[in-house]
Amino acid sequence: MKPLTNRSKTVSNKTMTLMERLYLPAIVKGMAITLRHFFKKKVTIRYPEETRPFSPIYRGLHVLKRDDTGAERCTACGLCAIACPAEAITMDAAERKPGEERLYREEKYASTYEINMLRCIFCGLCEEACPKEAIFLTDRILPSGTTRKSFIWGKDRLVETESNRIDISKRHFYYKDEK
Amino acid sequence: MVKITIDGIEIEVAAGTTILDAARQINPETAPPAMCFHSKLEGSGGKCRTCLVKVTKTSPSNPRPMPKLAPSCRTFVEDGMEVENNRSEEVLEARKGVVELLLINHPLDCPICDQAGECDLQNLAFEHGAETTDYQEERRRFPAKAIGDLIQLQMNRCILCFRCVYVADQLTDGRHHGVLGRGDSSEIGTYIEAAIDNDFSGNMIDVCPVGALTDRTFRFKSRVWFSKPMAAHRTCEKCCGNAVLWLKGNEILRVSGRRNDVGEVTEFICNTCRFDTKSLHLWEVEGPARISRDSVISQNHTPS
Ligand code: SF4
Ligand code: SF4
Ligand code: SF4
Ligand code: FES
Repeated sequence: MKPLTNRSKTVSNKTMTLMERLYLPAIVKGMAITLRHFFKKKVTIRYPEETRPFSPIYRGLHVLKRDDTGAERCTACGLCAIACPAEAITMDAAERKPGEERLYREEKYASTYEINMLRCIFCGLCEEACPKEAIFLTDRILPSGTTRKSFIWGKDRLVETESNRIDISKRHFYYKDEK
Repeated sequence: MVKITIDGIEIEVAAGTTILDAARQINPETAPPAMCFHSKLEGSGGKCRTCLVKVTKTSPSNPRPMPKLAPSCRTFVEDGMEVENNRSEEVLEARKGVVELLLINHPLDCPICDQAGECDLQNLAFEHGAETTDYQEERRRFPAKAIGDLIQLQMNRCILCFRCVYVADQLTDGRHHGVLGRGDSSEIGTYIEAAIDNDFSGNMIDVCPVGALTDRTFRFKSRVWFSKPMAAHRTCEKCCGNAVLWLKGNEILRVSGRRNDVGEVTEFICNTCRFDTKSLHLWEVEGPARISRDSVISQNHTPS
């Protein structure tokens, strides 16, 4: 049979020679390889003290953005939720009251907004669907947790705070930037 | 009976039928779009011009084409008439222009609008509109207004199709609202300050092709595609009692009239059925309501 790759090896049941049965030469050879690697450049890094640069298309933890004045951009239109193939997003809408214009950009806003991070497959379709440029995937990594509940991210953790803005300016959108 | 050919398809219809009706009898999906005509409202039609078609031959005795594109909802068939609908470039081009004109003052606030997902204007723009517009001027703006406790008027979104005015005229006994002003400043208004508490006023919500008149009791409750439309009926002494319930779990978020293939409400329901009986035990649920497969609502819905 023709091998699929040129790296395949045929297995044989031939009896080993004395040198092979001693094993020692093979061990020495292996140790030499190990030793050589001590002096080579390391391929690992000391995460989390050190991080690798992220690709501009990296899709990590979501953020709900505020606009320049600090008002929440999301208007609870539900397009992200219907675009989401994993059905990870749920939300409730509420009407903005007079006097809340500084908090919410539009007449309607999301009173609750939840992403189940255990369902999410980080495909970025929510970001693509959003007509208000409210939700973005960022270069942050989803923290681990010990309970299922801790993976349901509500507005308290998704919406950026005014003092700690999440920079998404380096994000590259294939569907926008390559048109 | 008269014979008429639309896009090469021949059909025999009763004399006095409109071209739009004849086209709908051939196939409701390929019929010209209609924003202002409503078959249950007498006198409606002729306002929006989305239903334009090209009459290439008026009749065998008068084989000349009509000089201009004709609104099919108001043009009656004649024996031997030949009409071009989706086949004619000129018609498609004109429709694109009509959509652009309907949208010049539209705020395009679909993400906020409760009608999104079942809006005729959205569908029209999606199917027949151009992607961009040349319009750069200020759009006219009106404050949102509540017409009574039950109906929300968002005049910005109105396309002045007059359907709601016909409902007020024909279904309700006292006319309480109509179009005020002329031209650019025309606006739907209530003549009296008091709320409309007529028993059939809620039907304006259903006939409004856009999100200008929406259900206040449903305001921002849910996007339409997250609720399940179920056909249901109840015994009602005021109306037919046939309606569609929009459910989320066992909760009735909204009640609306039933619609036919072209999205027109077939039977008008009273305000008691629409607003006051939002409890499942008051209804006989028949099964999932029929929703077009192209509609976003069909995403989470298995139609019967
Ligand atoms: S990234 Fe994909 S899976 Fe995750 S919430 Fe957004 S749409 Fe859903
Ligand atoms: S994040 Fe965007 S798409 Fe999702 S509900 Fe808010 S505005 Fe709509
Ligand atoms: S409010 Fe609705 S039904 Fe009434 S004229 Fe405007 S678009 Fe037509
Ligand atoms: S539907 Fe014919 S003009 Fe509006």
